[in-house]
Amino acid sequence: MAHSIEELELKAVQIREDIITMLEHAGSGHSAGTLGLADVFTALYFDILKHDPKNPDWEERDLLLLSNGHCAPVRYAAMARAGYFNVSELKTLRQLGSRLQGHPERTKLPGMETTSGPLGCGLSQAAGMALAMRMNDIHHRWIYVVMGDGELDEGNIWEAAMLTAKYNLNNVIGIIDRNNIQIDGPTEAVMPLDDLKAKWVSFGWHVIEIDGNNIESVIDACAMARAVVDKPVMIIAHTIPGKGVDFMEYDFHWHGSPPNAEQAKKALQELRTLQGKIRSEHE
Amino acid sequence: MNNLNLVKDVLSKEIAKEPIRKGFGRGLLNAGKINTNVVAACADLTESTQMSLFKAEFPERFVEVGVAEQNLVTVGAGLAAMGKIPFVSSYAAFSPGRNWEQIRTTVCLNDQPVKIVGSHAGVSVGPDGATHQMLEDIALMRVLPNMVVIAPCDSLEAERATLAIAQDQRPAYIRLAREATPIVTSQKTPFEIGKAYIYKEGTDLTIISTGTMTYQALAAAEKLKKDGINAEVVHVPTIKPLDEKTIIKSAKKTRKVITVEEGQVIGGLGGAIAELLSEKQPTKIIRMGMQDRFGESGKPEQLLEHFGLTAKHIVLQAHHITM
Repeated sequence: MAHSIEELELKAVQIREDIITMLEHAGSGHSAGTLGLADVFTALYFDILKHDPKNPDWEERDLLLLSNGHCAPVRYAAMARAGYFNVSELKTLRQLGSRLQGHPERTKLPGMETTSGPLGCGLSQAAGMALAMRMNDIHHRWIYVVMGDGELDEGNIWEAAMLTAKYNLNNVIGIIDRNNIQIDGPTEAVMPLDDLKAKWVSFGWHVIEIDGNNIESVIDACAMARAVVDKPVMIIAHTIPGKGVDFMEYDFHWHGSPPNAEQAKKALQELRTLQGKIRSEHE
Repeated sequence: MNNLNLVKDVLSKEIAKEPIRKGFGRGLLNAGKINTNVVAACADLTESTQMSLFKAEFPERFVEVGVAEQNLVTVGAGLAAMGKIPFVSSYAAFSPGRNWEQIRTTVCLNDQPVKIVGSHAGVSVGPDGATHQMLEDIALMRVLPNMVVIAPCDSLEAERATLAIAQDQRPAYIRLAREATPIVTSQKTPFEIGKAYIYKEGTDLTIISTGTMTYQALAAAEKLKKDGINAEVVHVPTIKPLDEKTIIKSAKKTRKVITVEEGQVIGGLGGAIAELLSEKQPTKIIRMGMQDRFGESGKPEQLLEHFGLTAKHIVLQAHHITM
């Protein structure tokens, strides 16, 4: 492991700060899911993924698909901090001519494996990639797919779930951001998903449930997932929407909203003092 | 006309016929032999779409996705992301009928060379009725940036078109028909993506046709000869990108245009030609095809007659426009 868990936790805080700054500057975007996924993306880019930020098209790399494309800012921030591009570029989010589109586009930013935003399309593209790898006799390259939980309302997901299990595409590792909110409200009110674990098990998947805001759990779960060879693996990562910013946590109204200047200042203050636990060097 | 090596007597009762989809099946098999990266996926219609030839020869390069057209095209996008040239097939009513947004985002905007094969297009599907007679596919695919749209006129052209799109790096849609269609081209007839071909030269009017209707257009032109009308027939197998030069030149010469297609004229070939000519070469135009309505059950030949899509109907319109 290149980084200790403590170092990774500080990276996650840094990524959350980036997210707040980006969204405030852009004046639009999705706060809740993006902040909630900061720990998952820190774990992926700084520990789990085999990748080379200086050579995004490296042929041996693991693939990471962001199916819930509206959470692009967390990926952009993680990529910038990992060295794919300069951190200063984060401020161009959602602006004319930027490589950092509101929803991610493969053809604009190297390292982005797919164009996404319209929901439900990531898992099936991962399955296609895995099928192609099998045809080419390529093993030991992993395809991680991050999905939202609200996204599971889409039929395309379940079509892909059946196909991935049918062909036992065990180098596909799904990660569901189970934060229990979507735009119109709590997931269980909009369209009940539970028993979510039982659903995936019945579709032929091996399921691991974790605390998705615990970086060590994310790393361990992915290691376990890679060891399962008889089934594809779905990691249900329970996260707190808006994690790290007290006034955003658990509130579905932050799904599709950015902080204004005052809220951003308050959020940054809170992140930099680790919710009041330490004195911030920024003060 | 001779250098295109077309059939000599289009009005002959002995003219050979074959379903256009059969030519696709052979073309895909050949494409698979030429390039090991050519792969195929189907949504439970392997025999109907004639992907069965490829599946039998290359089972390890074939994916059966079941009755799931959204998955069909997105799995295709994933295959393409890894360097494959995926052909994904179903009935046109379902793909691109049902999965348009997936095609838009994961194929066109994502710029992956997925080849969408829509079989059983047009009213000539017959007794299955309106649900299965896809008429809007050309409009749906033509409006998408990056997409190539092809409607071959017979099985031999379908074979060549399939090979051509397999060697092309762009997303593509190829439209196939179910019924046996008269074969008007030969192995030596040229096909190039983006080219329209003057299948018969004439001076009095231009009949612009695509897909199954090119045979009807050629038959109409032969019949019109006896009436002293010299019609030019322009076959447009590639509806996008449109061969503007050839079409404008012909319209400029004859100053009267009839478009014919087995689909909705709104947004279809008729729409494309009207857009082009109104902007660059305003020309008197009659658009034949489905006029903003659905099909219905019946025998294929009955339906073509019922909806006015035969050589006889083209002749009538030709008289009308040259009056």
